[in-house]
Amino acid sequence: MTRVFAPLACLAMALFAAAPAVVANAPAEATMGLVQRIFYYHVPSAMLMFVSAVVCGTASAAYLFRRSAAADRLASAAGELVVVFGLIVLATGPLWARKAWGVWWDWDARLTSSLLLWLMFAAYLLVRRYGGPGSEKLAGAMALFGMANVPFVYVSVNYWRTLHPKTSVIMTLEPGMRSAFWFCVSAFALLYALLLALRLRLEERRAEAEALFLALDE
Amino acid sequence: MRVAWAILRKDAAVEMRSREIVYTTVFFAASCVLVFAFALVREGRAMPDAAAAILWIAVAFSGTLGLGRTFERERYTDTLRALMLAPSDRPAVYVGKLLGMLVLLAIVEAALLPLIALFFAAPITASPLWLAALLAAGTLGFASVGTLFAAMLVRARSRDVLLPVLLYPITIPVIIAGVRGTAAILQPVPDEAMARFWAALLVFFDVVFVTLSLWTFEPLMTEQ
Repeated sequence: MTRVFAPLACLAMALFAAAPAVVANAPAEATMGLVQRIFYYHVPSAMLMFVSAVVCGTASAAYLFRRSAAADRLASAAGELVVVFGLIVLATGPLWARKAWGVWWDWDARLTSSLLLWLMFAAYLLVRRYGGPGSEKLAGAMALFGMANVPFVYVSVNYWRTLHPKTSVIMTLEPGMRSAFWFCVSAFALLYALLLALRLRLEERRAEAEALFLALDE
Repeated sequence: MRVAWAILRKDAAVEMRSREIVYTTVFFAASCVLVFAFALVREGRAMPDAAAAILWIAVAFSGTLGLGRTFERERYTDTLRALMLAPSDRPAVYVGKLLGMLVLLAIVEAALLPLIALFFAAPITASPLWLAALLAAGTLGFASVGTLFAAMLVRARSRDVLLPVLLYPITIPVIIAGVRGTAAILQPVPDEAMARFWAALLVFFDVVFVTLSLWTFEPLMTEQ
């Protein structure tokens, strides 16, 4: 892992360094103009936030039913990344909404469900950090219930009201925008994979150190 | 089911001796409504939909309090371990505790409704069946997740803070559906089609969360 990590990290840095130029060269959107360009950062982060939530929930289920410590480490790493990418989503969203809708925040289906997903995983991290011994299982249950909860939140707020652009927007992008968009998606996906690998490595090292420590005690 | 019934009877017997949890929880729920009444009722008029909102907030708050207390009692005497050691299915223990919680919340709601009607001039008798159905489905959804998390938190260090931290984000769909549905039937002209939609969503939520709880209770409550 360490051998490919450094080149990939350099590649990720290069992608992110080039991203502003790529985004600036993408054609301007007719009605929203400049502010639309935040889309290239907002949507990839949101995609990875949901991917990360699914990774965390699935890994938690594996931990609860299979007792696999590796799955728990993966869940913990993915749980943190949900919160990190969620912060990007929740910061860039209102910036766009202020210009496009005239308000910073609206209790729209997608906004509310993203915020709740973020809250659930923030609670997940709080449990892991402050739950004391045995909190891994509690956190696992939290992630599992959190994942099961997402459709309910979505249906309930969707019925309530909705303003947010549909996901079909991505499929109907014009060519220039599409290439810039997928460029940003790959940059964010690479960053996500690297962070996840790094975080997983840290957890593995920590578990190793703990095992050695326990062995020393005996 | 017999085990669940026995646990419910045991908890009820303990509670009947002191009535501590029932009295304090009902009093807490009533003071919650009072605080909101002072905050929201202006010149004798409440904000629209305030009655439904406060009913559900009071149920959620007092439910959290009740959940913490029920399991605190088990922790204090270390009887949860004994319950877990009993030669029965683990999920039966969960069902017993859940039934106890539902009874407690039903008592709280029975006390809350007249207060809401009194302070917020809410027409609670307009369509009592829908109101009861929404309350029952919502309470089950809230209590099913709550009982599972409270049972797990018994061993955690900062359980008092962590219970609401975990419970509220997860039960927000229940609160949304409960408040919207109740608001629909507490309008001057009750909107029963709307209430039916939200009640259906609540029932769906109940099914998923009770199944998930029964399924995860066993691995969650097993110590390594």
